[in-house]
Amino acid sequence: MSQLFYDAAPNATRVAPTREPERVYPDKPEAVTLFGTCVVDLFFPEAGLDAIRLLEREGVRVDYPQQQSCCGQPAWTSGYRDEAQAVARAQLDILDRSGLPVVVPSGSCAGMFRHHYRALFAGEPDTLRRVEALAERTFELIEFLLKVCKVELADKGAPRKIALHTSCSARREMNTHLHARELLQQLDTVERVDHDHESECCGFGGTFSVRMPEVSGAMVKDKTRSLLDSGAVEMITADGGCLMNINGSLEKQRAAFRGRHLASFLWERINDASEGEGA
Amino acid sequence: MSQRIPATELSSGFRSRAEAALADRQLRNNFRTAMDSLMHKRAKAFSDADEREGLRELGNRIKAGALSRLPDLLEQLEQKLTENGVKVHWAETLEEANTLVHGIIEARKGRQVVKGKSMVSEEMEMNDYLAELGIECLESDMGEYIVQLDGEKPSHIIMPAIHKNARQVSKLFHDKLGEPETDDIDHLIQIGRRTLRQKFMEADVGVSGVNFAIAETGTLLLVENEGNGRMSTTVPPVHIAVTGIEKVVANLRDVVPLVSLLTRSALGQPITTYVNLISGPRKPDELDGPEEVHLVLLDNGRSGAFADAQMRQTLNCIRCGACMNHCPVYTRVGGHTYGEVYPGPIGKIITPHMVGLDRVPDHPSASSLCGACGDVCPVKIPIPELLQRLRQENVKNPAEPQLVKGGGAKFSRTERSIWRGWRMLNTRPALYRSFLWAATRFRALAPKKAGPWTDNHSAPVPARQSLHDLAAQHLDQNGGRPS
Amino acid sequence: MSARANILGKLRNSLDGTTPRPDEFDERLVTEPWRYDPQDRIARLRSLMEAVHTEVRQCSSDNWPGLVAGLLAKRNLTNLLCVLGKEHGRELQAHFDATKRSVRLLAYDRPVEAWKEELFWNVGASLTGTLGAIAATGSLVLWPDRHEPRLMSLVPPVHIALLKASEIHDNLYDMMMAQDWAAGLPTNVLLVSGPSKTADIEQVLAYGAHGPRELIVLILEDA
Repeated sequence: MSQLFYDAAPNATRVAPTREPERVYPDKPEAVTLFGTCVVDLFFPEAGLDAIRLLEREGVRVDYPQQQSCCGQPAWTSGYRDEAQAVARAQLDILDRSGLPVVVPSGSCAGMFRHHYRALFAGEPDTLRRVEALAERTFELIEFLLKVCKVELADKGAPRKIALHTSCSARREMNTHLHARELLQQLDTVERVDHDHESECCGFGGTFSVRMPEVSGAMVKDKTRSLLDSGAVEMITADGGCLMNINGSLEKQRAAFRGRHLASFLWERINDASEGEGA
Repeated sequence: MSQRIPATELSSGFRSRAEAALADRQLRNNFRTAMDSLMHKRAKAFSDADEREGLRELGNRIKAGALSRLPDLLEQLEQKLTENGVKVHWAETLEEANTLVHGIIEARKGRQVVKGKSMVSEEMEMNDYLAELGIECLESDMGEYIVQLDGEKPSHIIMPAIHKNARQVSKLFHDKLGEPETDDIDHLIQIGRRTLRQKFMEADVGVSGVNFAIAETGTLLLVENEGNGRMSTTVPPVHIAVTGIEKVVANLRDVVPLVSLLTRSALGQPITTYVNLISGPRKPDELDGPEEVHLVLLDNGRSGAFADAQMRQTLNCIRCGACMNHCPVYTRVGGHTYGEVYPGPIGKIITPHMVGLDRVPDHPSASSLCGACGDVCPVKIPIPELLQRLRQENVKNPAEPQLVKGGGAKFSRTERSIWRGWRMLNTRPALYRSFLWAATRFRALAPKKAGPWTDNHSAPVPARQSLHDLAAQHLDQNGGRPS
Repeated sequence: MSARANILGKLRNSLDGTTPRPDEFDERLVTEPWRYDPQDRIARLRSLMEAVHTEVRQCSSDNWPGLVAGLLAKRNLTNLLCVLGKEHGRELQAHFDATKRSVRLLAYDRPVEAWKEELFWNVGASLTGTLGAIAATGSLVLWPDRHEPRLMSLVPPVHIALLKASEIHDNLYDMMMAQDWAAGLPTNVLLVSGPSKTADIEQVLAYGAHGPRELIVLILEDA
């Protein structure tokens, strides 16, 4: 019942928007660092590559430091602060080397940089200054394309009905939950359909999915059922964690329906019409 | 006090209770329907986002401000109430609180107690305590009455019987009261009204909770829709209010935003049917109201939460229940799964301070950290942050000094060493790249079972090539900068 | 050590070295969204109260006793609890005397203990005055006293409340400040925003849970 959550913007997917000031975006930079995220790195590398292609298409040079690994979130949300801090410090060092804006193809990892690093390094004023600077120059991929690159997309694909899943981090930490909708509107023949309880969590929550498999499983079951019932032929999301959760569940259920990263979907739509299905 | 077991078995643990709840279609349906409706009502009641956010900010400031001078406010409250003729009592533990309440009742030779809704009295398990001493303690809130009649505990702090549907209530009234079965909700409520009216008349003592205790004027404020709270605090000759020490606010005006936040967040109502401000017992020339009014101020672990500046925010809570209404976990497992008085997100962050983290070790983990609770909290308690903090306290070495009672309950050397390994992997780029190389190269050997993950998912299979490799190749070919 | 000393000691200890937060109350947040043109206050009050099953009648100081008589007759109620020998009680009595209505007017003139049974089971309706009302939330404000005790607006199944149109305030904050409530509150202050109700079974609203099933508000427009 996504119409329940109508109060942020027409048909928005946010329960209760906090009143953060609208982020002020810089002009398009010449180059950025892509922080791939560990999940995309290992399980959805094509999405990362498509993110690079999309950025390059906008004339932005992309740097991909080979020393990068994980933002530290798994340990942080599991209560292992020291371990999270060590991993976070390593990423901070790597990202500070070039000092370029950082683009992340996953809302939750971007949220880690922009919000949780502050808590991790609260006791270190010098590090905190670097953390603040990193927060300032970190962008979620879709946010960066839409707000910084002011991307204009020409849809070359066949008509297609899709459902959009926005991650909780995008909604609550990044304030980017409406960006994908806006971007998808540029695609003439793509129709985004609502799904039941659209703004509800998919049940991933990192280690929650293995610590509480019963509850997490019930959540992803409900999420996939509403996606299957939505009339869409595909789900699109901009978060690697949600994608792994939802696709893993769909595969276990032997459903033909799948989710795909928004970067891959966009790249396909603006290049070729090979995969369109009747809407 | 003997150890009483709540209606829901505690021994089985959160996960197995959750499993049972998840398999109960009726229960899940009851909760989903109710929570959807409550979310909808709240959204409608706060249709102006700017107004809502301004008010939440104010609510947070008022509560945080009150906590920043809590001991002074409690003394002021005590002084004002005493001037108004109310007797103030202090209890550190549940046992002390129950003993105090029993003493007050005994002094009047009371045998029948009628109770308005009070979560603190649930904490105290007052009904059972008094019953063992031969004193009948009857719940008068319709939901609480239904739950008590069925020998259960509330499953929601605002809607105690939300886990039941009309048919189940009708069956209960039929079995326990001999009433003919009916699915007419009006009729069911009238059965409750008739039965309880007699009890209000007969009761020797009325017990209630408190929503806000106002230090400035020495006033206890109670909100309700039914009128049972007014009955309980007006008809019997003695009124005992029980409340937590965190409920005090500095000024009368503070309750204007707080009541608005409370009723709109809880039920989507602009205000409850009754807002009842009590500032003393019956005066000599008055014709009704109790002759004695008592206030029992209970600690029960609250001062422990208060000791840490971050966890102190837990005590901002005004018990509206919006966090549970919006929680995807609560919605699926219901209140009884939590096994304690306070369910849902607020229960997860406050219960450890009351009973010890070691009694509820799964509480902090039972969240996907989706953040909906924090988004809707009318006093802006950063619930996800506090859950994360409790996760840290949970895995601490028990040998270290503990900030939270029962901390270190989930400490495991094995798990700690796994995370140390993870840390090494993610801080040594060469090691990480070797891992990627091996994982992608030997992807066919990826296990088909991956612990609990494969309960709900297919086994994850790494891609043929990592993004590290794809990016390097791509940037090499396209003149980018693989650094 | 007493529980009191222990609790306060622990709390003080935890606050050691901290300073109290300044009072940051911002009255605009509880007043500005809740301001109405004087002529709109009644409409706002009405719509909110009617939304929760309150019957609202606008009348004048001349015709309200007749209206009460009609309301009672329609419900076949034969008695009414109200203050006698004072203001509105006197007017009502005069009306009933003049029209020879067979409604028994009951006074709450003894301590509740002296007539609990009768009050709980035999009184059909009550009539009380109000201190005013709040347009923002659709609430009546009652300050019960010895003439109109607390249970008068709670126990009888029908509660009729008289409200002067001139005493409708925009919001609770304004009313509280205008009348300086903080300087001293009576034993009991009540905000009443409809008949008693519950949604404890399946969230379905049912009226007349423990208090009045019906709340009828008579707004006196010339007062």
